[in-house]
Parts: sequence; structure tokens; C-alpha cells
Amino acid sequence: MFLVFIETRDGKVKKSSLEVLSEARRKADELKAKAGAVFIGPNSETLASDAFAYGAAKVYVLENPALSQYSAQSYAYALAALVKEINPEVILCAATSMGKDLAPRLAAKLGVNLASDCTRVYLNDGKLEFTRPIFAGKALITVRLNSLPRLATLRPNVFPLLERVERSGEVVKKELSIPENQLKGQVVEVIREKGEELDVSEADVIISGGRGMKGPENFALLKELSAIIPRSAVGASRSAVDAGWIGHQHQVGQTGKTVSPNLYFAFGISGAIQHLAGMSSSKYIVAVNKDPEAPIFKVADYGIVGDLFQVIPYLKEELKKALSE
Amino acid sequence: MEEVRVNIFVFVKRVPDTESKIRINEEAKSIVEEGLNFILNPYDEYAVEEALRLKEAKGGQVRVFSLGPDEASTILRKCLAMGADEAVLVKDSTPETYDSLRTAKIIAQVLKKKFPDFDLLLFGKQSVGADNSQVPSMVAEFLGIPQVNVVTKLEIEGAKGVAQREIEGALEKVTFSLPAAISAQKGLNEPRYETLRGIMAAKKKEIPVVTPEELGLSQEDLASRIEIAKLESPPIRKAGRIIQGTPEETGKQLVEILRKEAKVI
Repeated sequence: MFLVFIETRDGKVKKSSLEVLSEARRKADELKAKAGAVFIGPNSETLASDAFAYGAAKVYVLENPALSQYSAQSYAYALAALVKEINPEVILCAATSMGKDLAPRLAAKLGVNLASDCTRVYLNDGKLEFTRPIFAGKALITVRLNSLPRLATLRPNVFPLLERVERSGEVVKKELSIPENQLKGQVVEVIREKGEELDVSEADVIISGGRGMKGPENFALLKELSAIIPRSAVGASRSAVDAGWIGHQHQVGQTGKTVSPNLYFAFGISGAIQHLAGMSSSKYIVAVNKDPEAPIFKVADYGIVGDLFQVIPYLKEELKKALSE
Repeated sequence: MEEVRVNIFVFVKRVPDTESKIRINEEAKSIVEEGLNFILNPYDEYAVEEALRLKEAKGGQVRVFSLGPDEASTILRKCLAMGADEAVLVKDSTPETYDSLRTAKIIAQVLKKKFPDFDLLLFGKQSVGADNSQVPSMVAEFLGIPQVNVVTKLEIEGAKGVAQREIEGALEKVTFSLPAAISAQKGLNEPRYETLRGIMAAKKKEIPVVTPEELGLSQEDLASRIEIAKLESPPIRKAGRIIQGTPEETGKQLVEILRKEAKVI
């Protein structure tokens, strides 16, 4: 069985978990195996329909009052208990903040290796291979895991969703006991800064600014564009972040986030190697820069050589028109 | 001043400079190291800085460890020059295995066998290179202690701590008991530069060497269980086309292309 951990936030299933489940189902079908989903925490039973709709044959729900708040230690404990009972061959979860925190803890608990942040899962001669970017995308590594179960996290926004099909299936509830020594760290609060901003790692469209933005105040222009484009987020180059123009959580590149959106706008970004590494796997890249020699034009699908401050207002108008149609 | 004395251990890695171009060896199992400039992993710098600040505020000791070849002593000297009290090289001449479980096993064993009196373990949130983000959580699990990853704020009070960690579009506030493992994210602090005096003092310090064998780890423990099928360069993107015209024309054309041709808007 391919067992997929389904992450929930604010009572909703994460889209990236459904992407992972979709991929699990595709690979399970090829191997004539089944895909299963596991939820942790109270009330997750009501979300099981999402898992069935995206390919799960069976849904497990792990319950204990202590699991109402996320903690890597207790969640890994709960998952390991289930894994020991049902012995899945493959365990997958999304390479989100939670997935990246939880999966290595689970791997160590099970004594197995983990392939992190994979962008492709192959079946080579009936054996699973995982491809993942290293050096922020400057190279790709393909690995086989020689420990069982095989454990991997998959990068959000890379694996296509299956078409949603409403169906039902078996829900297996498990009441677990969680020992006190598995509760040494607990999330006590989630702090959101002004509104619900989409993270660059989850956005379909990223609108990034670099040194050419000239100052922090001009990032408002990018935020205005982001407000028009659905599922978009504002990104930045390292020089803009290091200049203090925008928070580091927006940074794209080797010491920031590696992203693969459908569309990446680079405004006033020259294209340092660290930045290119982090965004070159975007489906489409648009660059606007004054300097026709800027390296960013070497990777951009569409380029505009010109003053971004003159182009953005027209771009905004046209986008508004186009998106309201 | 509150005298608690925190016994802090920082784990650092020697990685290629982020400006490096990465080339793949012909056998397609490793990168070409020749000509690369190696540095202290940028995220580890935040970990070292945080350790020094905690020590300055609470008293205690900062020990820095690196698992790697002899050349890793260069980055350990940098940590000493920044102000770490001691540095230890855990000598491992095995070429990069990308196997975090193996690394974590060795680190956990070093602590259990040689330094069981740890209060706080600090790491960078990932090494720039292997990009695994696995070692801190795995070490924490092997030692049965709590973890907080991708931390941008850390406070220690007695035998307890509070940390803020970055998640998608928000921060998580996590409380934990000591000992604990913490991994540092950019934004945690502004790492200091080494002073000339620090550099001179660091030169004189001895860096003890520990080998995995003397920790009682068997060849089987040390074998990598990640099988590298291949390393390759990413597909090369081709330069696309330049849209010509006045700002108004280019804006209009671009949106048209994104809608009709690329179909992404």
C-alpha cells in the first residue's frame, strides 16, 4: 500500500496533500497496489471524502486529545504506530513546513531513509526511484531507497491533481495512547501577519522584485498586481531582502525558497546564479529589466527591456481587464 | 545576571559557495569538487551566532562539531574565530552520500558517547547543497528530545524554551522542554564577523578529531542505504523572445500572450 499523510490546516485538507495522494494513486495503479490516506486529529473523519475523491481506497483516522495540536514528536509517534500495524511499502507526504518537520522524525523512528522534496517519482523496472533537486535546483539527483518502508516527501505545485471523483470507502478509526515523553514540544499558537498571505512555495503565480525595485515602498506595486491575480504571491531576490525592503520569507533562490509556479514574474531582477537556481523550474518566466544584458533574459520565456515603473501600470490595467472578462 | 549555564552544541557543514556553478562528474554519481570554493553553510552561521548570543546572556559553553573530511577544519576555525569555545571534527572521508539518516546516527552517537550533558543542539535548517532538511529532526528522534525547525526567534528560560518557526504564510509558536534540537532560519539573527583577535586565537586552538569507529559504530551502521541512481544537470532553459514596443504596447502584448499562448492567466 501507498500510505499518504493528509495535512489539514484550519479544518481543511491541504491541496498539496491531495497532489501527493493523486501521485500515490497513479503509481499504485501501475504496481497494482492500493493507495490509503491517514488523517491525524479530531474531526478529521468529516474530511475523508476528499481523500476518497482523490484516489484513496481506505482512510485511517488517528485520534487522541493530545493530537489536536501539531507536534512532530507526537504525530511521528502516531504514524509509526499505524505503520507498524499495517506495513505500507511506501509512505508519502507533501514537502510543506509540516511535512519537512514531520517526515524526518518519522524516518528516524522507523529507522529508514527519506527522500526529501521530490519532483518526480519513477517506476524503473518495478522499482521506485525518486528525483529531487539539490543545490537549490542546480543539479538533480535520482535515488533508490534501500530501506523499507520507502519514505518520501513531494514538492507542492509539481504533481498534477487527479480529477475529483465522488466515491465512498472504508474509514478506520484508531484511538491511540500517546505517552507523556512524546509530548515534549507543542505548538501553542499560530501567528498570522496581516491577512492570509499565500506563501511563495504554494502560489501558482509569483511576482518577484529585485534591486531594480529601488526601495521598499515600490513593493506595493507588486502587491497590487498580486491582488489582481488569483493564487499569486510576492517574491523577492536576495539583494532586495538583504536591503531590508521585504521580509526574508519572500526570498526566492538558494538561501531562500526553491519554487516551481506556473508563471514567474521577475521585475528588476538581474538573475544571479543563486536566484536562477531557485526559480528556473517555473513553467513560464517573464522578465522586465532595463539592462538587455541581464542574465535573467537567458532563462525568460518572455522579456521586456524597459523601465518596470512604466510597464507595471499598463500591465496592471490589462490584467484587470483580462481577468474580469 | 541569571546564571544558568547552557551547554550548547552546534553542528555545521562545509558546503560549496552559493555562487558556485555545479558540474556533474562523468560517472553521474557525484559533483565535480575541483575548483569549488567551500564555505560554512550559510544557515549554520545563524546557528553559531544564536549559540554565542545565548552563551553571552546566560553563561555556558559553545561547542561546534562538523562531520566531514580534514578540510572541514577550515569552517570549524571560522566558528572558533566567531567565539565558539571548542571545535571538534568528526572525521568522515566518505564522499557525499546524501544520506541524512547516516549523518544523524553518527551525530547522535557522538553526543551519547562523548557529550551526554547537552542542553541545546543547534543546526542550520538545511545544508545548502544536499537540501535535505532532515538531520536536526532525526538527531532529535534518536535522542528522544523535542525539535523546532526553521526557527526565526528563540528564547530559553531555565529548562524550557519558546521558539517561533516559519510555516506557509504564518509563524508557529512552539514551547518545548530542554534538552532540545533547534534549526535556524535566515532572520533569526545577524551573524557577527570574526575579529582579527578572534582569528588569531582560533589559529592557536587545537581541533580534536573523533572517528566514527571509536564511537562503536559498525561498518553496517556507516554504510549508506541511499543508492544514487544518477546525478544530472537540470534541463537548460532557452531564452525566449523579447517583446518590443512602448510600455503600453508591451504591457498589452504580454497579457495577450500569457492568456492566449501560454494560457497561464
